[in-house]
Amino acid sequence: MRERQALTPSQVGQYIKGAMDRDRVLSDILVRGEISNYKMYPSGHHYFSLKDSEGTIRCVMFRGDASKLRFRPENGMCVVAAGRVTVFPRDGQYQLYCTRLIPEGAGDLHVAFEQMKAQLLSEGLFDSDYKKPLPRYPRRIALVTSPAGAAVRDMVRVLGARFPLSEVYILPVHVQGATAAQEIADAIVWANHHSVADLIITGRGGGSMEDLWAFNEEVVARAVFGSTIPVISAVGHEPDVTITDFVADLRAATPSNAAELAVPDQNELFAWLDSVRQRMERGVSLPLQKARRDLNRLGASRVMENPMRYIEDKRMLLDYQSRRLEQGFTQTVGEERERFARLAASLDALSPLKVLGRGYSIARGAKGEVLASVAGVTEGDLLHLRLSDGSLNCRVEGVAPILATERK
Amino acid sequence: MAKKKLDFDGSMSRLEEIVALLERGDAPLEQSLKLFEEGAGLLGACSTLLDAAEQKVMILRAGVDGSPIASNFEEDDV
Repeated sequence: MRERQALTPSQVGQYIKGAMDRDRVLSDILVRGEISNYKMYPSGHHYFSLKDSEGTIRCVMFRGDASKLRFRPENGMCVVAAGRVTVFPRDGQYQLYCTRLIPEGAGDLHVAFEQMKAQLLSEGLFDSDYKKPLPRYPRRIALVTSPAGAAVRDMVRVLGARFPLSEVYILPVHVQGATAAQEIADAIVWANHHSVADLIITGRGGGSMEDLWAFNEEVVARAVFGSTIPVISAVGHEPDVTITDFVADLRAATPSNAAELAVPDQNELFAWLDSVRQRMERGVSLPLQKARRDLNRLGASRVMENPMRYIEDKRMLLDYQSRRLEQGFTQTVGEERERFARLAASLDALSPLKVLGRGYSIARGAKGEVLASVAGVTEGDLLHLRLSDGSLNCRVEGVAPILATERK
Repeated sequence: MAKKKLDFDGSMSRLEEIVALLERGDAPLEQSLKLFEEGAGLLGACSTLLDAAEQKVMILRAGVDGSPIASNFEEDDV
């Protein structure tokens, strides 16, 4: 027997490795299976096995490839792994060097979305307790969006039509692509840091799930959650839902809708201001009427002790009020001024002196008390009548009460 | 009532208060007239603000030191 040369284990390993590496199937292979023994090492490499009912293959995914994963692989998950199969000469074990991992069935984005949603939900980022109220009349609105495209135009147009009093600041960011999520998050943090607005709208127009992906990224979700400025999300069309929508203080169906939710409609405000004008007018006429009644009552009693002074006081007060009202008025409330002048005039017309001027008099009894009724007056009593220009001392020659229905 | 310049939000809120107070109708005449006068002023101010408002749209970027710098927004700005 010819003596054959013995190989070292590492030489065998190298030989097998070479054979496998030259194999076209093994060097670019897709493997479908269920993940088990999933482990992520501090090095950043991921280790797991893929198995079916009858077999199993060890897999490794290096840090660089693993960092591109959008979802988090979990035991039990069915996946398709792409890579090459070769041997690790150190332990003689073959394994799949996995470069890409795609969940079976649902796309990886859907899986990533559900995982992110579940994680942030469990952390409480969606809790309604954290939702901040929006300002009723925002003074400055920051739009964290692309300065190009339909979304920003729609928002600017709707904001301008409804409530041009709000200043609009566009914080330009990319809304898709590799840097989009970080740019959006940075802009939100920056807006807070410099207090550039009292309301933020962030979003973009419609697109595929891939296009909208930045708004599903954790960094954006956390920036929105951390914002002390209230945030409205406005991503895509009505059916599109992103993680940002869940974290935002308010979710709008579209960018235009976000603008509608952000500000009031000035037409409604004008209508409200009109109604306020009428309500104030009604409100102030009540105490004016009451004052007129009070004055009437006073006209029949203590006012006569020194009527001129009292009336002059009231006149001066009215003049004073009229002047102040005039100063406070603008042309928009001209009507109120006229109405007030009318009320003031009728108040004046009902003042006791005017009443006396119209031919009425005030009767007082023997003790100087003002007589408002014939009750208590008897024939022969001495009365004192005050007229507009003097007074009369009279004696009662008869008393004739009249029915209540005739009195007014 | 402190006589300080209110912004739109403050003016609208104060106006709501004034209407509510006037509609309650239990304030003395002197106070009602004062409220009416204040309300009329706010009403005029709010209407004027809304009437005169012209939408302002700016692009806001971070300057070298990170602080905001505003520039005019052009439709085709990217």
